[in-house]
Amino acid sequence: METLYAITTGVLSACGLFLTLRGRTFPVVAGLTLLSYAVNLFLFSMGGLTTDGAVIVNGGEEYADPLPQALVLTAIVIGFAMTAFSVILAMRARGDLGSDHVDGRKLEESRGDRG
Amino acid sequence: MTLLWIPLLTLLGVLVPILTERYGRYLCTLATAIPPVIALILTLGQIPALLEDVVPRISLAWIPSMGLDLAFRMDGLSLLFAILILGIGLLIILYACFYLSAQEATGRFYAYLMLFMTAMLGIVMADNLILLWLFWELTSLSSFLLIGFWSYRSDARKGARMAMTVTGAGGLALLAGLLLLGDVVGSFNIGEVLASKDLILADERYPIILILVLLGAFTKSAQFPFQFWLPHAMAAPTPVSAYLHSATMVKAGIFLMARLHPALGGSELWMVIVTLTGLATMLYGAWFALFKTDLKGILAFSTVSHLGLITVLLGIGSPMAILAALFHILNHATFKAALFMSAGIIDHETGTREVGKLGNLRRAMPVTALLTTIASAAMAGVPFLNGFLSKEMFFTESLVAPLLGGLSWMIPTLATLGGILSVAYSLRLVHAVFFKPARVEPPKHPHEPPHLMRLPVEILVVLCIAVGLFPAALATGILTLATGALLEEPLAFHLAIWHGINLPLLMSIIAIIVGIAIYLLHQPINRFVKQFSPMDARLIFEASIQRLVAGTEVVTQRLENGSLQRYMSFLLGAALILATLGLVQLPTLAGTKPTQPMDGIVLWGAAMLIFSGIGTAVTHRYRLISLLMLSVVGLMVSLTFARFSAPDLALTQLSVEVVTMILLMLALFFLPQRTPRESSARRTIRDVALAAALGMVVASLNYAVLTRDIDSIANFFIENSVPGGGGHNVVNVILVDFRGFDTLGEITVLAIAGLGIFKLLNRLRLYMPHSDNEGRLWSPDRYPMILTSVSQTLLPLALLVSAFIFLRGHNQPGGGFIAGLVTAVALILIYMARGVEWTQSRLDFPYQPVAIGGVAVATLTGLGSWVFDRPFLTSAFGHFHLPLVGDFELATAMLFDLGVYLAVVGATLMILANLGKLTTPHRPSKEPQQPSKEKS
Repeated sequence: METLYAITTGVLSACGLFLTLRGRTFPVVAGLTLLSYAVNLFLFSMGGLTTDGAVIVNGGEEYADPLPQALVLTAIVIGFAMTAFSVILAMRARGDLGSDHVDGRKLEESRGDRG
Repeated sequence: MTLLWIPLLTLLGVLVPILTERYGRYLCTLATAIPPVIALILTLGQIPALLEDVVPRISLAWIPSMGLDLAFRMDGLSLLFAILILGIGLLIILYACFYLSAQEATGRFYAYLMLFMTAMLGIVMADNLILLWLFWELTSLSSFLLIGFWSYRSDARKGARMAMTVTGAGGLALLAGLLLLGDVVGSFNIGEVLASKDLILADERYPIILILVLLGAFTKSAQFPFQFWLPHAMAAPTPVSAYLHSATMVKAGIFLMARLHPALGGSELWMVIVTLTGLATMLYGAWFALFKTDLKGILAFSTVSHLGLITVLLGIGSPMAILAALFHILNHATFKAALFMSAGIIDHETGTREVGKLGNLRRAMPVTALLTTIASAAMAGVPFLNGFLSKEMFFTESLVAPLLGGLSWMIPTLATLGGILSVAYSLRLVHAVFFKPARVEPPKHPHEPPHLMRLPVEILVVLCIAVGLFPAALATGILTLATGALLEEPLAFHLAIWHGINLPLLMSIIAIIVGIAIYLLHQPINRFVKQFSPMDARLIFEASIQRLVAGTEVVTQRLENGSLQRYMSFLLGAALILATLGLVQLPTLAGTKPTQPMDGIVLWGAAMLIFSGIGTAVTHRYRLISLLMLSVVGLMVSLTFARFSAPDLALTQLSVEVVTMILLMLALFFLPQRTPRESSARRTIRDVALAAALGMVVASLNYAVLTRDIDSIANFFIENSVPGGGGHNVVNVILVDFRGFDTLGEITVLAIAGLGIFKLLNRLRLYMPHSDNEGRLWSPDRYPMILTSVSQTLLPLALLVSAFIFLRGHNQPGGGFIAGLVTAVALILIYMARGVEWTQSRLDFPYQPVAIGGVAVATLTGLGSWVFDRPFLTSAFGHFHLPLVGDFELATAMLFDLGVYLAVVGATLMILANLGKLTTPHRPSKEPQQPSKEKS
């Protein structure tokens, strides 16, 4: 199970990173969201993978690690704030510059081989 | 305490000229002179203690953790230098009063001068290496201000900048050296450092320390190859040159070598580096002094030469050599300061410093001519003057220097050569200015300066003669004290004019005779030298600075071409390299922990995740499809959390997912529906490779962690959750109690993001498509009946659920974050179903105060614990009994959670409702606009 989990995290990060390298804002935002999913999964797994061990203290024996869970919980909310901010920034950039390229360049310019 | 007052007085003296400038120049000068006079008296007051072999010290802790103390000492060496600094400083103050013209800012000039004096006193009196370095840097700074005093002149600015660059760079090297030295000794106290010579010499870092410290000293004292800044610093007003570049600042490097000689000196390495550098400097300076045509240029190069001479003596390092070095420091300061001031007088009275334009001045200024001649003779080493005595001692030491083995005869030979050149340029200086017939008329009609302006020169020249005639009576005392500070055993010596006919005397005679001959042959030599193109250090310096700037520009343009994509790939590439380096160091990827068996559901879930993740990336050009794929990922992530015992996370992820998707859908409405194909195949391959490599790194890292046993601090939270936080849901207790401060920070970030978005959306005008990508018009049915009815029915239910989740959050999965998101989703559903205007007319309140209020409630809850004398965010809880409801528990954490709830609701709605507003007024619609309250 650990192997599969690790592979999944890796694939999601790779897809997210690929998208962040794109030249248009919307795929970049989608990539960031995907990457934050992957990162959350990664951080969550730092406490190990536990089955049937929700940390509701009731005299049970085996509990999952609550600390990564608490950290990831806030990370999810903050991740949402970040996605929202970047997508609105993208909209503002398009509204002000007339282009949705990450560098704020026009279409003709962006066809050049810069970068 | 007296010791502390000496630098403190001059520091306070910085204010005196600024405050007294308005009362006229003479009063200002007089007032400025008072602090140094008192400081000088206090300094001389230390002598009785020194005579009894007690070194007065004072030490106040400043930053003890860094080893930095405000520690001062006054040993013989400090005394010698302090007298020089204060004594010559006073003469300079008097001189400058007449030198500066009436329009110039005398107060500012004196203030800089006092600052510099303080810095110099600090260097020579510091009893702590770091403190010494601080004052060292302060001299660089204040000399920058002094050299650049005439800031309207380009050469002054450039000269100041060059001096600052060179001495500043040396200062950094010195700092590194001193830190290492302190590390070796284990203390930055100079007294302890000086007592640990054996420890330092035995340490393997000794060569590095020595080279770094000498770099500092050589740059400051203009030793070869750093001598080039000194002649350019002559753009300074002449009082500055006389003070900084004869008596004080350039002697700081010499002082440092002398100060640390007991700790660092005496080794082979020291002897070779210091002696040879000194010899090279001495000859270089003397040679170029011979060909300069600017009076101050001649003096500058001769200063370089004499500094080299002192350096040679310190390099030789025998007791007698140290004595000679200290004696020459004293003598050089007297005659060179006198000469600089004379040059300033000549410049002041004739309007030029060019040797070619001057001549025959002995008629117009006989007294100045006499004074300058005597001082020059002292510089040349003519008998019965002080320069002769120390130069004689220099020759003596050069003969016995234990250096270069079979080639040891080179040192006295080169020393004699230096002496010859010194005689030649001194002779040229005097003859060309005062005795040779003038070829052209000087710009101003020359005459004698005011007597008070000449007074400092007269005092110094009298000293030159007096010391030259009665060395034993005048100099023995101070030199005994000074050498006492540097040598382990007291040195018995006798200063005398006549030592009988010996080799050093012969060398002096040769120097004088050949020097005169060289001056007579000056013309042919000059012609010979002129064949070579002159090297202007300033041009070379400027050119190398410009090359450096151009070079960095090229590098910057390569790295920073304005393409964010490129930066991103650099960033990821760097991360890849660092992570790979870390992973390679693992002996094996898999740890010892056994893996758990896989089951079918997990397999399917993972397959879905991988499929939709790749799908998001592959279909990114079709944005809507990509977005749908992304939402599948989010949903599956939420299920993953549920599967691995994290119900809180699953709930949060689920509700966040809904909000995120609504947000992205809304955003997509305003953005192009498709991404154009613009990446080249090469670019795509590069990106895929980079992303895949990083993905593999992440997977390996994750696998490595998952298969290793972790010593977690989780047990603390599990054990203390109920007794300490009063809640059974540990995750929630961590959020609102144990790590409440983090959560407070996080909701603050959330609220700030919401406010930022609110501002970004302000007055945003967007292009709104009338149809979708395939040309289909939007549906005319704006508010579907079913959605409208369902959302309205759902709202109270959803609010109830959110209240339920909130209340049980402390003990069961739930809490403020999740409850807030559920509330937000329910409200957004209303917005979507009925439109912004309809909703706003019924739900008319701004969300900004809600978000901010949430943060405020959480903060106030935290502050509340102060009322009960507990640390910030301490929680309290108790059990209460209410009729009908029964026993229940209340915790202050609940109040904190309420703040979280409000912040989440406020921020989320602030983002979405504001974005939604953009659509309404302009949205193409066949329905008539519904009247709203705001518009009427």
